[in-house]
Amino acid sequence: MSNPLMENRFNITRRHFLGKLSLGVGSVALGSLLMPDLFGGKETLGEIPPLGFTHFAPKAKRVIYLFQNGAPSQLESFDYKPMLRKMHGEDLPASVRMGQRLTGMTSGQEKFPLVGSYFDFKQYGQSGTWVSDLFPNIASIVDDICVVRTMHTEAINHDPALTFMQTGAQTGNRPSMGAWLSYGLGSENKNLPAFCVLLSRGRGNGQGVYAKLWTNGFLESVHQGVQFSNSEDPVLFLKNPDGIEDSSRRKMLDKLAELNGMGFDEFGDPEIQAKVQQYEMAYRMQTAVPEITDLSKEPEHIIKMYGPDCLVPGTYAANCLLARKLSESGVRFVQLYHQGWDQHGQLPSEMPLQAQDVDRASAALIKDLKQRGLLDETLVIWGGEFGRTNYCQGKLTPDNYGRDHHPRAYSIWMAGGGVKPGMVYGETDELGYNIVKDPVHINDFHATVLHLLGLDHEKLTYKHLGRRYRLTDVAGELVKDIIA
Amino acid sequence: MFKLHLSYPMSNTTSTHKKERIPFIRWGIIGIVGLIAIVLLITLSSNTFTAGARLPKTVDYNIHVRPILSDKCFACHGPDAKQRKAGLRLDTEEGLYAALEESPDQFAVVPGEVEASAVYHRIFTEDTTELMPPPESKLVLSERDKRIIQKWIEQGAEYKPHWAFIPPEKAGIPEIDVEKWPNNEIDYFIASRLEEMGLKPNPQADKERLLKRLAMDLTGLPPTLEMQEKFIADKSEDAYEKMVDELLANEHYGEKMAIHWLDVARYADSHGYQDDGLRTMWPWRDWVIHAFNENYPYDKFVTWQLAGDLMPEPSKEMLLATGFNRNHKITQEGGVIDEEYRIEYVTDRTNTFGKAFLGLSFECAKCHDHKYDPISQKDYFRTFAFFNQVPEKGLVGTIDASFADPPNMSISEEDVQAQLNFINKQDTAPVMVMIMKDSIGLRTTHVLSRGNYDAPAEEVDFGLPTAIMEFDTNRFEKNRLGLAEWLLAEDNPLASRVFVNRIWQEIFGQGLVKTSGDFGMQGDLPTHPDLLDWLAVDFRENDWDIKGLVKKIVMSATYRQSSEVSREKLEKDPENLYFARAPRIRIGAELVRDHVLASSGLLTPEIGGPSVKPYQPKGLWEAATSGRGLLMNYVQDHNEDLYRRGMYTFIKRTVPPPTMLMFDASNRDQCEVRRIGTNTPLQALVMLNDPHVLEASRVMAEKLMQDEKLSMDEKIETAFRRIVCREPREKEMEVLTGYFSEEKETFTQKDLTEVEKVLNIGEYPRSESEDPVTAVALMQVIHTIYNMEEAITKS
Repeated sequence: MSNPLMENRFNITRRHFLGKLSLGVGSVALGSLLMPDLFGGKETLGEIPPLGFTHFAPKAKRVIYLFQNGAPSQLESFDYKPMLRKMHGEDLPASVRMGQRLTGMTSGQEKFPLVGSYFDFKQYGQSGTWVSDLFPNIASIVDDICVVRTMHTEAINHDPALTFMQTGAQTGNRPSMGAWLSYGLGSENKNLPAFCVLLSRGRGNGQGVYAKLWTNGFLESVHQGVQFSNSEDPVLFLKNPDGIEDSSRRKMLDKLAELNGMGFDEFGDPEIQAKVQQYEMAYRMQTAVPEITDLSKEPEHIIKMYGPDCLVPGTYAANCLLARKLSESGVRFVQLYHQGWDQHGQLPSEMPLQAQDVDRASAALIKDLKQRGLLDETLVIWGGEFGRTNYCQGKLTPDNYGRDHHPRAYSIWMAGGGVKPGMVYGETDELGYNIVKDPVHINDFHATVLHLLGLDHEKLTYKHLGRRYRLTDVAGELVKDIIA
Repeated sequence: MFKLHLSYPMSNTTSTHKKERIPFIRWGIIGIVGLIAIVLLITLSSNTFTAGARLPKTVDYNIHVRPILSDKCFACHGPDAKQRKAGLRLDTEEGLYAALEESPDQFAVVPGEVEASAVYHRIFTEDTTELMPPPESKLVLSERDKRIIQKWIEQGAEYKPHWAFIPPEKAGIPEIDVEKWPNNEIDYFIASRLEEMGLKPNPQADKERLLKRLAMDLTGLPPTLEMQEKFIADKSEDAYEKMVDELLANEHYGEKMAIHWLDVARYADSHGYQDDGLRTMWPWRDWVIHAFNENYPYDKFVTWQLAGDLMPEPSKEMLLATGFNRNHKITQEGGVIDEEYRIEYVTDRTNTFGKAFLGLSFECAKCHDHKYDPISQKDYFRTFAFFNQVPEKGLVGTIDASFADPPNMSISEEDVQAQLNFINKQDTAPVMVMIMKDSIGLRTTHVLSRGNYDAPAEEVDFGLPTAIMEFDTNRFEKNRLGLAEWLLAEDNPLASRVFVNRIWQEIFGQGLVKTSGDFGMQGDLPTHPDLLDWLAVDFRENDWDIKGLVKKIVMSATYRQSSEVSREKLEKDPENLYFARAPRIRIGAELVRDHVLASSGLLTPEIGGPSVKPYQPKGLWEAATSGRGLLMNYVQDHNEDLYRRGMYTFIKRTVPPPTMLMFDASNRDQCEVRRIGTNTPLQALVMLNDPHVLEASRVMAEKLMQDEKLSMDEKIETAFRRIVCREPREKEMEVLTGYFSEEKETFTQKDLTEVEKVLNIGEYPRSESEDPVTAVALMQVIHTIYNMEEAITKS
């Protein structure tokens, strides 16, 4: 590295760093204080940025990731394949399958009958993007979003696929995207965590989520996603105990600071001062977080946009609204997970319920950010961990079918944050099985997301056990055509 | 160069605007000072580097040159044959001095002749088509890096094998000036380095702090009041050693030692992948505690875990020990491909073996030759072969199909009574554990192309990386028992160093090799190589006596120093690499809980048994579940099970206990050998609002209230001594007694129901108190003491 100090700054323990600078403030605060002017477009220091520095002018400042957990079918949402209806019931030609490995759920099937979408598609907007009837609200914002139809992955089961999508590797304890961004860019708001996680559950076949998806991996635990809950304590242990008022807590903290100050006088350890600062930040979070998570004060027209569900804590709609508020307040990465998209069977009856849960609020979030002038600097991502097969899993009847996992092509969409609006990227074959144009691998997707945030995916590294790790591991090409 | 981000993100929202403005300005100023400091540092350091004034007198290949080559050159000119460019290899002696493939009249390195060395020209050139490393690699050599390489060539370019692969030898004890300071051999090595650095060791810590540190390190529990009094009163010369022996013999010693081993062994109570059902490996955990308490020598401890099943006529205990290699995650996701996951399990064992016992990142060699260390992909799969013989399936069944996938072993009531009496089995039903076993027929192992389970390539035999030590089949059997023997052989350069280093790390917060999981080329060099080697050889010569090793360390004067840090020391050695002071370390996640429970008298000191489910915020498991299986809902335990030590808290891998993670515990996803210590606002929230801490404060207050002999000041003082483990200073007492009076005043003015709300915390029965207002004020004071920085710190 041309600048050893900068490299040090990256690998260093906070204790070491504070020791050197004798500042005695916590790393979270430090990260946010060192935020440069993100939109100044100036070249930044050194080759590797320390926390809070970008490699080049970012387009997006923040990310909201609407993860559709379980893998929604691209064939009933954004990848319109009329040919499947025409060939409905015919066997998938081996020439198309080309040895694709199958999950244990369909590997025993003798036939792979193609199945067309149960739901109709129409074109919308100036872009003329095809969207199925299940998503009328998302259809209304197609000119603000970029649909990528050619995502692909190697994983064929939920756990490794989700882990891949969120951490850049199918296995292992790697930091998730949000943790990388917290590490790379620090926090914009010293009263809130840089990386927040919101969970909701749909009505379809569920797949669990797990803390590994928002892990800090080998990064410091300050970069771990903070899971918000829908109970009265939105962040664990946030609320003062029963009977203890704010003034009482304040007094306790003052006494504590006094006692800890005596400890500092005796030991001279800057860590003691850092501790005092962490208590103060905790205290500020106690005010800031409930203010943000209180959705009851939102105006009528906002409630209408997101739908009445947004007043029911723990729903996808409520989480979308909360995501907007957190993001608006400077939370770097808001990660939602909505469970229930795993339609191995009963797709025609289950998928509309899932779509109902998410359609209105997803679109509302985009509109809401847009009207606040925040969409330009907020990258919103919508999608699952893989796609679903173009053939039927289980028995194909006129009103029922299922679809198994399909890694070779699936659709996601992105909006805002420097992504070209009103665009469809990539093309699959007419049976929706293989990609014929512009494939986007998960590594490419990650490289592009980091780029939009002003980070070079090859330079955002962390040295752990002798190796420089990246979110994109050893691969990743920018998808330049979708960058505005 | 850059501007401060001055637009405060919340300033355009409404209500918090005013409140937040002032702190921001204050922080802003600190920030600016910080920036100036950074800029200054950058300027200073780059000046010194370009001037080259600080180049070492003698450039050493291992200390100075290899770290540069490894970091910046080995990716293309190192051990990985497939990635090697221009046939040039800089990680071996032959490679360094060989003629260049492309121009055989030229050489990469010609000892003593800079001008004749191609390396020199290629790193200094301004021609970007010639420059090494090439610009597109995004790797850059600093001025200092280049000057070091230049000087090394000038001085004769001597090559040395990587330090960690040369078997350790006991160096002579160094001579030092401060003859009176040392207490044992360790101190001579430490003092010698301090003298080089111009630092002096700290004086011995005061007895109270020393006792707390010692008790925390050896048992993970704070010293009781009785212990404190006894130790302070004991003026005999060997008072400290007696205390060390007492604590080493304490049955909680095994628990403390086990915590780290559970991280290494990625122990958990659930299977770990998405569905994440129950597993019952806790008898194995009980064995680990037992083994440490019985002080099994490290060679026995390791051999049983790696190959207990292959010992002649293995006992049930030996079989149980092999559970180590079955602690990895196991999938229960319907539809997975069996072989893919079976390979995943074998991979986990192989990687764990490398990291836990050899301190090497084997996993890097699964898909390709290791880029930095001499572990080829073939070596990887040769090692893999040892663990590839288990008759097992990738998927035994979906959730709750099995709590212990085969091969497994049933432990009956009779087994426990006859030979496994360390297992805390609480009912008469047998318990199943997973164990290791080899299939009768040999399973052939192949190199897997790019590490893919469905791409078998060349067939390989059992073996290990020869750069570490040859796996001589005349000496070692071709199975896991042979593997264990190879590991523990006298000429194995790594096994003893790696373990000794981690014991040092657990006591001092960081190892003599800081990267305790990476003794390879990219790892940190030892700060005290002679001491590390001395300890490693001494440990082996003393028959791998773990208690002996621990005692040696805690008896040293180095360990007994005070932890005060002067300005000078903070500047000269901010990371405390040279041990001119004892470290101040926040105690580990489990111990935070243990400390709160033990000091308040709530702790259930029972050892082992099935893991328990103490208070946990509602809805965590429920929000993340797939909606299937026994672990779908968190069913909290009650009574004494609420107050077990932190290491017995149930670990469901997909939703690990939240406070444990907040305090940096491992999520047990894979083998971990070191936890990073952090200090975050979420930790403050735990100490402030977790019902465990509040309940402990309440219970201690109530107990003190009942002690009529004590005045209020004495009650507060007693609480302080239980929690901080020393007498409070006068000034501290002033703050605390003042706070007590103020709180009493405040609560007097409140409704009794408000008072009761505060006291009604936790399930531990309330004790009758005639004066709840006094009790609650005392509770507040105790809660404050729990939140003192020193309370959960070894200082």
